[in-house]
Amino acid sequence: MRIRMLEISVGTFVLAGILALVFLAVRVSGINLHARKNDTYTLYAHFSNASGLTERAQVTVAGVVVGRVKSIVLDPKDNRAKVGMAIEKNLNYLTIDSIASIQTQGVLGEKYIAISVGGDQEVLKEGGEIVDTQSALVLEDLIGKVLTSLASKKD
Amino acid sequence: MLNFLQRLGATTLEIISVLGRASIFWWRVIVSVPDWRNGPNLLIRQIYFVGVYSLVIIIVSGLFIGMVLALQGYTVLVRFGADQALGELVSLSLLRELGPVVAALLFAGRAGSALTAEIALMKVNDQLAAMEMIGVDPLKRIARPRLWAGMIAMPLLALIFNTVAIWGAVVVGVYWLHVDSGSFWANMQHSVEFNEDVLNGLIKSVIFGAVASWIAVFQGYDAVPTSEGISAATTRTVVYSSLAILAMDFLLTAIMFGVG
Repeated sequence: MRIRMLEISVGTFVLAGILALVFLAVRVSGINLHARKNDTYTLYAHFSNASGLTERAQVTVAGVVVGRVKSIVLDPKDNRAKVGMAIEKNLNYLTIDSIASIQTQGVLGEKYIAISVGGDQEVLKEGGEIVDTQSALVLEDLIGKVLTSLASKKD
Repeated sequence: MLNFLQRLGATTLEIISVLGRASIFWWRVIVSVPDWRNGPNLLIRQIYFVGVYSLVIIIVSGLFIGMVLALQGYTVLVRFGADQALGELVSLSLLRELGPVVAALLFAGRAGSALTAEIALMKVNDQLAAMEMIGVDPLKRIARPRLWAGMIAMPLLALIFNTVAIWGAVVVGVYWLHVDSGSFWANMQHSVEFNEDVLNGLIKSVIFGAVASWIAVFQGYDAVPTSEGISAATTRTVVYSSLAILAMDFLLTAIMFGVG
């Protein structure tokens, strides 16, 4: 009988641990079972300024997350940032005239890449490149421009 | 000068020989052939002693750590109007660092010291020698189930700790300080990745469990068989496991989340 009680309490303990794992997976990390890693394809885009963009940053279409930034490297050929993006496989209708722009969530939020889909017939394939890009908006540069334009108006 | 050199040499040799004995001990325990007939019962009994008995302290401290994190995080975040990020702050710091580390420290204090004292007392009473006499390998019978129990119970304890702590943070943040419940959970789910955060925290706690129970069982085996020896060994278990856990945590964090 004592052995039985002992085994029951160990069983309860293990069950509590597994339930905790399920809670952490579902409720805390909001695990997404259908978005597996191998169900993605890679697209590239060159930005003249990728400051503030980090690996694993979001890639969105119309505000919906469809992928993550996989790599950011400097392309020595034209001194621009070459950004690799892992896009979900079922999103296979991104056209070659799509526009990729680096945007900010809120004023001080994280940087992410927004893709707006174009109207061309041809569709981007694995390893394809989004040619039309807009770089990160650097707040300091913008403030500097406003200040200089204000100063020049005064003169 | 010569005395100093002698002492330095003696200490170094002593440290190396302890490390060597501990490694051989670990190797013999892990590699030895499992005993399927008695194994499960012994293992369940040990999981009961190191796991179920530690539940109370794990749950209570988890609850309070979660509540304190939420309270302190809120007072800072609300100044920047970012109190919605409370869920993110609490869950990331718990899953990645605090959960595994604090649970392991509590485990070392609660279960590790008990393991050391138990085995050291067996040694004092010549129970280990008696076992060898009747042909039972004390490594298999005593050490192995305790080591495995530590490795199995520790991640479960850390998971329970995290869950209770996050629940405590919800109580303080959402019900008491009125952070918006929807954005609290949404921010949390947005920033927490299952593989990156939950699984890495789990791997950490398995390693901490292995290290803590290894140190505890070995210190019990290696204790000087006197009453002073038992108390010294128990102290060493708590001190060494705490230091080992904190140092390993830094290493693991650097490997898992470090700038790659």
